Amino acid sequence: MNRELGIDELRGILIACAGGDDDALRGDISDVPFDELGYDSLALIETAATLKRDHGVVIPDELITEVQSPGELLSMVNDRITA
Amino acid sequence: MSLITGLGVIAPNGLGVKDFWNATLTGRSGIGELDRFGTAGYPARLAGLVTGLDPAQHLPGRLMPQTDVSTQLALIAAQWALDDAGVDTAAMTDYDMGVVTANASGGFEFTHREFNKLWSQGPEHVSVYESFAWFYAVNTGQISIRHGMRGPSCTLVAEQAGGLDALGHARRTVRTGVPLVVCGGVDSAFDPWGWISHLAGGRVSVDPDPATAYRPFDTRAAGYLPGEGGAICLVEDAAAARARGVRGYGEISGYATTFDPPPGSGRPPALRRAAELALADAGTAPGEVDVVFADAAGVPELDQAEAAALREIFGVRGVPVTAPKALTGRLLSGGGVLDVVLAVMSMQEGVIPPTFGTASVPADYGIDLVLGEPCRAEVNTALVLARGRWGFNAATVIRTVESWS
Repeated sequence: MNRELGIDELRGILIACAGGDDDALRGDISDVPFDELGYDSLALIETAATLKRDHGVVIPDELITEVQSPGELLSMVNDRITA
Repeated sequence: MSLITGLGVIAPNGLGVKDFWNATLTGRSGIGELDRFGTAGYPARLAGLVTGLDPAQHLPGRLMPQTDVSTQLALIAAQWALDDAGVDTAAMTDYDMGVVTANASGGFEFTHREFNKLWSQGPEHVSVYESFAWFYAVNTGQISIRHGMRGPSCTLVAEQAGGLDALGHARRTVRTGVPLVVCGGVDSAFDPWGWISHLAGGRVSVDPDPATAYRPFDTRAAGYLPGEGGAICLVEDAAAARARGVRGYGEISGYATTFDPPPGSGRPPALRRAAELALADAGTAPGEVDVVFADAAGVPELDQAEAAALREIFGVRGVPVTAPKALTGRLLSGGGVLDVVLAVMSMQEGVIPPTFGTASVPADYGIDLVLGEPCRAEVNTALVLARGRWGFNAATVIRTVESWS
């Protein structure tokens, strides 16, 4: 079983994929909607590509474009890591 | 009437209008040795390089991973033009603001990097943003998204002529009732792939001396140097500008575009026709033109052809001609727009900048090229010319803004 991903690691992946080193991304972002964080569907598709490439986690396009917040994405990722 | 009310300049020899204008008058050159990759073995290594600007300091972090350097420069120039014009875009209706930019290269550097990942690491390593970062239309799109401008917008591709075409189309857009159009042109393609593309054109100067490599209309002219950057302008309907209490830098009073006949047709190139049509469009007689900003290819047969067109329109040495782009190189879509910026500055300051680098013009060219130092002159009407590779010609007439009363 692979190690679960933490919110700070996900934060790092989001920033690396789609930019953003501003205040909006600091603190607890788990329940902040992606819209408010400034990430659109393309940013999430880029994030999904990185998750697949570097963590072996496959999140299908139809799910990644529906996910609302980093917390929701994190559970989705960790469900697959522990599955 | 369409007025130019805001200017955003990112040129190899100056950032912002003031800096660029000072460089143009004092002869500060933006030509330097290309150092972004190993250029040993390349026949030419000089280019007009934008330096001293870190895009990350000027743009939101979200935009950095999804944009090529050319788009970053376009976004910054657009912001500067809006700041210069003092427009509050948030207070305007989104459909009342359009964006018209020209672009000749697309996102070369970004694409080179992603293609490198594609062939060395595999498709899953390629950025999803490659899907639009490469695209000619991306500068228009990103400016539109960033500033919430949803009015009529488009992108024009016509190599070096494209920037003037963008201004011409902006005027057309204003005439359809759109009060404000962000327009202009920015290009950059100085990654290895982009550089090879410049060189493949066959007209880049291989002279290794930055002071002489690009000297348009000179007896020893031996090609041009490519440059990067450009300018974005704000073009507004005169009534809208006046309602804001803004006078504007100048009026786009005439514009025309033509296409050359095919090689071997025996017919003359169409630059002269573009200039004549633009003057006719402006209702301006050749004798009223105070200065011509030439296309200035730097290739003898092309310089000769442009000189012939000018002689035919204005008579032998009939009008002052200048080519300040010797200090920047040819910027593709940014070139003509930078010349328009210089035209309005010439009007404002009463000075025609010279063609630095050029020393002696063949007598049979019959043109009055401003050489050596700036020339004091009252400038009320300027003609700006641009030619794009493979037959594009564009001409724009800029006039001082008449008094309001």
